[in-house]
Amino acid sequence: MTPSPQFIGRSMFDLDTYSPEEIMYILEAAKGMKEINLREYKKIPTLRGKTVCTLFIENSTRTRMSFELAANRLSADVVSFQASISALQKGESLQDTVYTLDAMGIDLYCIRHGSPGSPQLVNKYSHKPVINGGDGRHAHPTQALLDIYSIWEKLGDLKGLKITIVGDILNSRVVRSNLIGMQKLGAKVTVCGPKTLMPGNMESVYGCRVEYDLARALHDADVVMGLRMQLERMSEGLFPSLEEYSKHYVLSKNTLKHAKKNALIMHPGPMNRGIEILPEIADGSHSIIVEQVANGVAIRMALMFLIMGGKA
Amino acid sequence: MKILIQNAKIYQNSKLIKSDILIDRKRIAKIAPKLEVSADKVIDAAGACIFPGFIDLHAHLRDPGQTYKEDIVTGTKAAAHGGFTAICAMPNTEPVTDNIASVEYIQLRAKELGSSRVYVIGAMTKGSAGEEISEMATMKSGGIVAVSDDGKCVQNARLMLSCMRYASNFDIPLIIHAEDYNLAGKGQIHGGKVSTQVGLSGIPGLAEEVIIARDIMLAESSGAKLHIAHISTAKSLELVRQAKAKGIPVTCEVTPHHLVLTEEACVNFDTNTKMKPPLRSETDRKACVQALKDGLIDCIATDHAPHADFEKEKEFDYAPFGIIGLETAFPVLYKHLVQTKQISLACLVDALTCSPARVLNLPGGSLSEGSPADLTIIDLDKETVFTPQNILSKSKNSPWLNQSLPGTILWTICNGTITYQNQG
Repeated sequence: MTPSPQFIGRSMFDLDTYSPEEIMYILEAAKGMKEINLREYKKIPTLRGKTVCTLFIENSTRTRMSFELAANRLSADVVSFQASISALQKGESLQDTVYTLDAMGIDLYCIRHGSPGSPQLVNKYSHKPVINGGDGRHAHPTQALLDIYSIWEKLGDLKGLKITIVGDILNSRVVRSNLIGMQKLGAKVTVCGPKTLMPGNMESVYGCRVEYDLARALHDADVVMGLRMQLERMSEGLFPSLEEYSKHYVLSKNTLKHAKKNALIMHPGPMNRGIEILPEIADGSHSIIVEQVANGVAIRMALMFLIMGGKA
Repeated sequence: MKILIQNAKIYQNSKLIKSDILIDRKRIAKIAPKLEVSADKVIDAAGACIFPGFIDLHAHLRDPGQTYKEDIVTGTKAAAHGGFTAICAMPNTEPVTDNIASVEYIQLRAKELGSSRVYVIGAMTKGSAGEEISEMATMKSGGIVAVSDDGKCVQNARLMLSCMRYASNFDIPLIIHAEDYNLAGKGQIHGGKVSTQVGLSGIPGLAEEVIIARDIMLAESSGAKLHIAHISTAKSLELVRQAKAKGIPVTCEVTPHHLVLTEEACVNFDTNTKMKPPLRSETDRKACVQALKDGLIDCIATDHAPHADFEKEKEFDYAPFGIIGLETAFPVLYKHLVQTKQISLACLVDALTCSPARVLNLPGGSLSEGSPADLTIIDLDKETVFTPQNILSKSKNSPWLNQSLPGTILWTICNGTITYQNQG
């Protein structure tokens, strides 16, 4: 496969600037990459001589490993910048950090940051392409792509699929990117969670359906995605206890009887078993949670390949 | 020194009339259709308009303490560049201007080196910490024109009531920055559509409105003279409308950016769109423009808030709040409100001159024989690109950088002295 020119050198901040055709193109590319990952020798030489930097200002071992594995399997050199053990602790600005890294010859940045818009900032300072690996509550496009890929792999075309996402919508970058990507491909998305964890204007901003009642939200769903409930939301006064949350919003055999019988079960991880999802569901026959992780490496390989114009 | 300005149109009683003006030392000596007198300097202002010098009730001069952002010299130069001849300095300096010595420092520096008049606003509470009342009566005798903890907001309603009762005792107006800290939380932009879209934490309009409601009730009870800084939401305006109807002595100001920009400006994470209160919804913006037209909003104030490049060149969450405003106030508002026929030129000029003068009982604000020689000469049609190079403020944090703006200020004269002259 020859990389399509519309991806070369292009940063991925979120899915909003990608057409449905471009998203499908990435999925097709990921399909090829997934095949490589299933080989005994999981490596191709396409990006030899290129250098990828994982710039993780906010810690995330799983996502960083996924990006680094992706780069390794394409034979790129990988350097890792972690805020917790770097000069940022000594007060260096992001701008100076990027200038320093740029001077060492980075070709692509994969950034994770707690503040929305930071990937754009890195791109502004370096002029090198950037893949957003999650910026605050804003966006997490590679997660959305791997979620979409996982659904597409199982169910084919997303057009007309009913997808329900349950949990802390307010604080979720996964939801925002998924809403953009899934709806671009024609899916009908419902978001569900307590009112205190639901941002205002969701319908007008995203054109999605908002439900506060789990049974109604799950009704007739083809795909159900749970989100991680974070303990610190309690101290922020947004909900009273995990127990009460679980009583109303847990994904269980009982609550999922409202969804389609074979509805796919997804979760971006890490899971709080017993809180937002019961083991009977997480480990059940319709769960594709582990496959999502595997597909994440393939999606990131596809993106790096397309952006850096590697040769097959 | 005598300055004769010829061939301009001068702004008097809400009209532009062709007239010459003679300035003799610190006063306007003569206004007449044609003046044939000798002068030390003659300015041919053909095609331009002469307005009373603009008066800003809300500027941050950062002096003392943060003079890498701005100081009294550069802040007043920026003022003159924007047509301002008088500005009020907010007290959130380092240390806070909460005592007579600090007040006198600013007054002396401004008198010695300033390019505009500087009126000092004293802190309302000691260190603006919101815990104890400042020595406001002593500062008043030293010449402060109001007290404020601007940038901060007294959260304790009992203390706020005390401040109001004490200030009213000495006839000192209070200027409030209305922000409930808990409702504002870690908010970065307006809590609305765009905050949902871009994932930045929101500051809901309620954070401003609940404090305005509270302080209007406290003002009614205490009889204090309350001025609301940078009002920004439709509901806040409704509260002010009700208060004014009841005869409670409350006034308010609006900034140029809240009249022209909305939350939509924040979608690209430009930190020069980050300020408090945040840029609000289009509904709120329209309500502000309408309230300015109706006279519900008393005046326009810039909230000139300089920050260095290295402070603004940061992740959105970490950049400080605020933008500079003195040099763009008139050109931006002339372009976006007057040229688009949303408000009249008279509405804009009055909101920058006689109206702010009335709010804090300051001299100036109109052109007549015998009045102070504070004026600005503007070519309404001449466009100038607002580049970092022609900014006179030390800081360049403006959302209007590199935009072409009409209403070019040609000369500013303050107290009979030319404080700004356009070189273009």
